[in-house]
Amino acid sequence: MKKRLLPLLLLVLIMSVLAACNFGGDSKEDSSKKESGEKAQELNVSIMSEPPTLNPQMATDATSGTVIKNVFEGLTRVGKDGKPENAAAEDVQVSDDKLTYTFKLRDAKWSNGDAVVAEDFAYAWKWALDPKNASEYSSILYAIRGAQDFNEGKGKVEDVGIEVVDDKTLKVTLTNPTPYFLELTAFYTYMPVNHKVVEKNDKWFADASADFVTNGAFELSEWKHNDKIVLAKSDSYWDKDNVSLDNVNIQMIESQATANRMFTNGDIDFIGGDFQAIPLDAIEGYKKDKSLQVKDFAAEYWYKVNTTAKYVDNANIRKALALSINRQGLIDNVLKADQKPALGMVPPAIQNYDEKAYFKDNDIEGAKKALAEGMKELGIKDAKDIKIGISINTSEAHAAIAQYIQEGWHKNLGIEVAIDNSEWQVYLDKLSAKEYDLGRQGWIADFNDPYTFLEMFTSADNGNNDTGWEDPEYKKLMGKIVKETDTEKRLAYLQQAEDIAMKQFPVIPVYYYTTTYVKKDYVKNMDPNLMGFIDLKWVSVEK
Amino acid sequence: MLKYILKRFVYIFIALFLIITITFFLMRLAPGSPFASEKSFPPEIEAQLNAEYGLDNPWYIQYKDYLISTAQLDFGESMKYKGRSTNDMIAESFPISLTLGVEAMILAVGLGVLFGSVAALYHNRGVDYVVTTIAVLGISVPSFILAGLLQYFLGLKLQLFPISGWNGFIYSILPATAIAVTHMGFIAKLVRSSMLEQNNSEYVKMARSKGLSKWGVLFKHSLRNALLPVVTYLAPLFAGVITGSFIVEQIFAIPGLGKYFVTSITNRDYTVIMGTTVFYSIILLLAVLIVDILYGFIDPRIKLRGGKKA
Repeated sequence: MKKRLLPLLLLVLIMSVLAACNFGGDSKEDSSKKESGEKAQELNVSIMSEPPTLNPQMATDATSGTVIKNVFEGLTRVGKDGKPENAAAEDVQVSDDKLTYTFKLRDAKWSNGDAVVAEDFAYAWKWALDPKNASEYSSILYAIRGAQDFNEGKGKVEDVGIEVVDDKTLKVTLTNPTPYFLELTAFYTYMPVNHKVVEKNDKWFADASADFVTNGAFELSEWKHNDKIVLAKSDSYWDKDNVSLDNVNIQMIESQATANRMFTNGDIDFIGGDFQAIPLDAIEGYKKDKSLQVKDFAAEYWYKVNTTAKYVDNANIRKALALSINRQGLIDNVLKADQKPALGMVPPAIQNYDEKAYFKDNDIEGAKKALAEGMKELGIKDAKDIKIGISINTSEAHAAIAQYIQEGWHKNLGIEVAIDNSEWQVYLDKLSAKEYDLGRQGWIADFNDPYTFLEMFTSADNGNNDTGWEDPEYKKLMGKIVKETDTEKRLAYLQQAEDIAMKQFPVIPVYYYTTTYVKKDYVKNMDPNLMGFIDLKWVSVEK
Repeated sequence: MLKYILKRFVYIFIALFLIITITFFLMRLAPGSPFASEKSFPPEIEAQLNAEYGLDNPWYIQYKDYLISTAQLDFGESMKYKGRSTNDMIAESFPISLTLGVEAMILAVGLGVLFGSVAALYHNRGVDYVVTTIAVLGISVPSFILAGLLQYFLGLKLQLFPISGWNGFIYSILPATAIAVTHMGFIAKLVRSSMLEQNNSEYVKMARSKGLSKWGVLFKHSLRNALLPVVTYLAPLFAGVITGSFIVEQIFAIPGLGKYFVTSITNRDYTVIMGTTVFYSIILLLAVLIVDILYGFIDPRIKLRGGKKA
C-alpha cells in the first residue's frame, strides 16, 4: 500500500506546483492594428533596470527620468535644437530684473479629463520641497525664492515664491536671476501632478493604475514591475496630432549583451542613449558597418582629488597627474566611442560657452616639471615614495580606465598607484567622508549651463564638492555669477572661475562623454539631445 | 511521527531566529548606507529619510522592530523602489522563479536519473563514457556561459527560441535548460555511482540470476535504493532553483526573485535584504524537513521517532 502511495503523492505534488505555475503569457489582444485599419506605429526599446520610481518629485536617476519625461509634460520642454520651448505653458513673461516668471498655461487636459491647472504645478513643487516628503532631488528647486529654507525646515511654505494667480497663471519668484530657469522647468522634478488625484491616494505612483494620471504625450498603460512598461499615445494630449507613435514597449533588460542580441534579431528597434547602452565589444562592429551614431553629451568623467590627503594636497603633484594622462590613447584603446579628451571642466556640449583646453593632452614633459616642483615643496627625493590611490566603484569599465591611467602614471612619473574598488553605496560614502585620494566620477548636467559643472566647488562644505578644495577668489566669482543679469558678463565670470580651478586641479578631467546609439532604418527622428534625453514625442516608425 | 514534525518545527524557529539576528547585524556592520547618492541632498532630508524607515533609532529598538515585523511577515517598504512593499515584490516575482525552478528541476532530475542509470548499466562501455563526459561538462560549464551560448545559437542564429523575456512557455525553455544542466550532471554522477554500488550487492545479483532483465532489475529493485543520495540533494536543489538564479534571470531578462537577492545587497536596501533572506530560509528549512519525511517513505530503515532511541 505504502509503495503505491508514494508515486501518487509525488504526482499530486508536481501537479499542484504546475497548476500554480506562471509563465506570464501575454493576454494582450493584437495591438498592431488601429481601429481605422491602418497599421499602428509601435516602437520597441529597452531600459537597463526597473525605474526606482515614476513619481516625478521622487525620482533621482536617468532611468526613471526617461519614462517620466515622456508621460508628464513640464512648463517647457527641451526642443530638438537643445533650447527650451513652451510646452504646458503657452506663454512666459520674465520681469526685467529676471526674478519673476509668469507662466500662462495652455488649455491642456490630464489623461483622466481634468484640466491642467496652475495648482497642479504649485502642489507638485511644494510637495517636493516639503521636508517631510524627503524628496532626494529637491535641491534642483532651490532656484525658487524661499525654497531652500522651507526644504531645510527653516522657513514656511507660505514664503516659497510660487503663486497661483488663477487656474491658468503661475507666478514664480526666484532668489537670483537664473538664466537657465526655463531649462529647469523642463526637468522632471518640475513636472506637475494632478493634485486632485494625488491628494486622495498617496501611493498613486506605485502602479499603472487609474490614479496614475499624466499630462504628457504618452500615458502609462502597463507597468509590469521588473519586466516591462508600455506607453500608449495619449488621446487627451493637446498636441496629439504631432505624436506619431501609438505604442512604446519598454522592456527591462539588464544585460547589455542580451539587448544587443535582441536588436540584431529585430526584437528591439534602438539601443543607446537613455535606452540601454551598446556593449563595448559590439561598438567596433557597428563602427565598421557605419551604423553607429555618436553625439555630444553634456557630461564629464573626471577624477576628483581629495585635497586634504597626503601628496595630492600639493597643487603641483595634482597638476603632474592631470598632465600625464594619455587621454586620446585611453579613448582609442579602452573606451572606443569617440569620446573627447577632457582638458577643462565644461564639456563642449554645453552651448554658448568657449570650452578652453587648459593644458596639452599627454604632456609628459610638463608633468615631469610639475612633479619635480611638487616634490621639492614636499621634500621628497624619490618619486617612488609617492603613493596614491585611485578609488572606483566596482565596474569593469571603471577598472579598465583606472588601470590604463595607473600604468601611465607609473611609467611616466615613476609614482606608485594603487586601485581601490568598492561597491557603489560604499563608494559614495567614502567620497563624502573623504576617505580617498583620487575618486572617479561621471558628472552629468541636469541643465545646459556651465554652472552645473562649477557650482559644486564653491565651498568645501558643498555636499557635492567632496574634495575639500575651496578658493576665496573662486567663491567670490560664484557669488557674482548668481547675481549677474548680463549674459556676457556672467559667462566671463564663469570662464574666470574655471581658469582658477584649472590651475589648482581639485579635479583631474579625463574625458567628455558622447552618446552612442544604433537604430533600425525604419525608426525616424529618434536622436538623443545634448542632455542625453530622447523625446519620444517626435519619434516615428515607418515600416 | 507527529511529535517528530513538531520538534522539527521548533528547530526551524530557532534557526530562523538565528538567521534573522545574524543577517540584521551583518547588514548593519557592512559599510555604506541605502540613501547615499551621487548628488547630495541636505542633511535635513537624510534625517527625514532615516526617521521614515526607523533608522534613527538605537540598534536594539531597530532589532526589536525587525523581529516583530518579521514575525508578522510584513517586511516593510523597499528603500530603493519607492512605494513598493517588499511583500509585493516577493509575491510578484516568486511565482515566476518557482515556475522556472520547477521546470529546471524536472529537467535536471529526469535527465540526471536517466543518464546516471544508463551509464551504470553500460558500465565502462561507450555509452558510459559519453554520458560521463556530458555530465562532467555540464558540471564544469558555468550556467552564465551556457546561458549566453544557448541564447546566441538557439535564439539568435537558429531562431528556435525567443532571445529573452517572459511571455509564455516557449520563453522558459532556454533559461530552464541553463539552470538545469549543472544539476543534471551532478545528479547523473550521483546516480551512476550509487547504482554501481547497488549492482554489486547480493540482492541485485540474486535478481539477475532469477532471470530478470537488466532494466527490470533497475526499475524493480536497484533504482529505489540508488535514489537515496539524490533525495538528499533535492532539498537544497529545490530551495536553490525555485528562488531564482540571479545570473540566468539577468541574461534572459526574467522578472524573477533571483535578482533581488543580489541587487538588494548592493543597494543596501535593508527591508528587501531581510525579506528575501527570511523567505529563502523558510523555503530551505521546509524543503529539508519534507525531504527528511520523504526519506521515511523511501527507506524503511529510517524511522522518524522524535530522536528517541528505538
